[in-house]
Amino acid sequence: MNLQFLVDGVLSGSMVGLGAIGITLTYSILRFSNFAHGDFMAWGTYATLTLVGVIGATFGATAPLGPLSFGWPLIVAGLAGMVLTGLMALALDAVLFARLRARGQSIIVVMASFGASMALRSLLEFTFTSRPTYFSRSIQMAMPVGWGIRITPDQIVLLGMTVVLVTAMHLFMTRSRTGREMQAYSQNAALARVVGIDVARVVRATWLLGGALACAAGIMVGVIVQIRPLMGLDLLLPMFAAAILGGIGSVPGAVLGGLIIGLSEAGAVQLIGAEWRQAVAFVILMAVLLVRPNGIFGVRER
Amino acid sequence: MIDLLGYAAFFLSTALIFGLIALGLNLQWGLTGLFNVGIAGFVAIGAYTSALLTTPAVADRIGGFGLPIAVGWLGAMVLAGAAAALTGFATLRLKADYLAITTFGVAVVAQLVALNAVGLTGGPFGVAFIPRPFGALADHPVLFNFSNFAVVLAVTAVTYLALQHLTKSPWGRVLRALREDERAAVSLGKSARSYRIQAFAAGGAVMGLAGAVQAHLIGFIAPDDYVPTLTFQVWAMLMVGGSGSNRGALAGAVVVWAVWVGAGALTAALVPTEFQARAAALQIVAIGVMLCVILLARPQGFFGPTRRKAKPGGGDA
Repeated sequence: MNLQFLVDGVLSGSMVGLGAIGITLTYSILRFSNFAHGDFMAWGTYATLTLVGVIGATFGATAPLGPLSFGWPLIVAGLAGMVLTGLMALALDAVLFARLRARGQSIIVVMASFGASMALRSLLEFTFTSRPTYFSRSIQMAMPVGWGIRITPDQIVLLGMTVVLVTAMHLFMTRSRTGREMQAYSQNAALARVVGIDVARVVRATWLLGGALACAAGIMVGVIVQIRPLMGLDLLLPMFAAAILGGIGSVPGAVLGGLIIGLSEAGAVQLIGAEWRQAVAFVILMAVLLVRPNGIFGVRER
Repeated sequence: MIDLLGYAAFFLSTALIFGLIALGLNLQWGLTGLFNVGIAGFVAIGAYTSALLTTPAVADRIGGFGLPIAVGWLGAMVLAGAAAALTGFATLRLKADYLAITTFGVAVVAQLVALNAVGLTGGPFGVAFIPRPFGALADHPVLFNFSNFAVVLAVTAVTYLALQHLTKSPWGRVLRALREDERAAVSLGKSARSYRIQAFAAGGAVMGLAGAVQAHLIGFIAPDDYVPTLTFQVWAMLMVGGSGSNRGALAGAVVVWAVWVGAGALTAALVPTEFQARAAALQIVAIGVMLCVILLARPQGFFGPTRRKAKPGGGDA
């Protein structure tokens, strides 16, 4: 058996996992499943692509860093894109979600996120057309690392980025004051209010972090695969499945769920063909819902 | 003039089929508070089931049983209803959002099967030669369109009356009671989960029937007919019409479909060919924004019940 699927699985699992962090946070803190999360991902990627173009126009062509396919413009644009995506999520919350949340019907918020998702996605198609595009068209040589596995420098760097982001996120949630407040609020909203936790700040942090991580996941998809307006929609089902598999509210769970889904997809693709990739996430989702709906690290819902 | 009448009949047939789907959604959402974002999936299941049951046999694909159209429609309802029942069974003891996520998955998988299971669904080329009621009249377009319209009208009328009856029956009252005050209803010995699964399955069956009726109206189906945009259009129709009202579901379908077709015709006439795909995207943006605005400003829709504030989404939330 060719072990290459391990690399593919860990890579796509990282994309799913990074996206699923935002889903799990939105679900546990704002109490709704955000169908527009995939489109945050696509918007962040297109924002980054636009910024790379702006930097290229201002400073002229830049050489890629070492063996990588991209140079410093993508790193700068990516960081700015993450901030922008977070701000966009915040803006959408202000005009839409916050107002509906105030009425206390969570399922109406879900529906609004569905409508917003459709509008956001089509707006991208309107602006950039549905033709796929790329950060770089150069082709990288994959280096053999033994056991028949090959990996490109880009992939190594992006996996490193995932590790850094997930570690930072975990430290933030467990060590920082805001992170702990977010956890407290997700576990018991009423009690959190009573002890004086600033709810507005918790909500702000949730959107900023979820949006930024969605953008990071999108950039990863953009560098390794391609950029399309539908890129987020295609990852939505795997991201939901990962968040539920890991246990709603758990950041490590979301990442682990993402990796499990990525690896299962990559393994299954060898057996049943790449066109059925998305069905794998659905099968896992159904299995989790039937067997252990609280997920791996989940706590029982009150 | 005659052509125009024929077109009107075709337009109304399509609008009423959307209305039929919206009726199914109204049973699930408007009456029971169950969220379904996989409408396109259930419609596709119905359409493909009926198509495979009724088309003449072909060499390179399973199906083609050449059965009567009525059998195809029945099969469509049974299979789409069963898929909905299964979805409900897996998720309705959990939080309401899990149902939404799972229905989304059903639509994704239905699309995958339609696109990739070439031996069953014909893959990207779809299924052609689906028998059409009154196919013998195809030489007289106007007569043909009107007889088709009569069939759609009859199916819609029967479904509407059946749903009106169900809504007022003791069964419908239990559903409403569950939505309004689950604890009280459960304390009266009603199993919330079982009633909700029944309602979700019945709504799914209506959607499957709508898919089948449309497949036989057009005579050809392909995976592209069952994309998320369809789900989205039906939601817009129900929200415009007012969830909770069967009449609103039908009226919303006709209004939204008229706006959609009108906007499409307008862009086709005004926008240069190379920008048409972009204009079509903008059309969807407009509907998405409209859906959000309705949710914000007038959640009960334009034809919704005004006497008592509709309160969908009680659910498990």
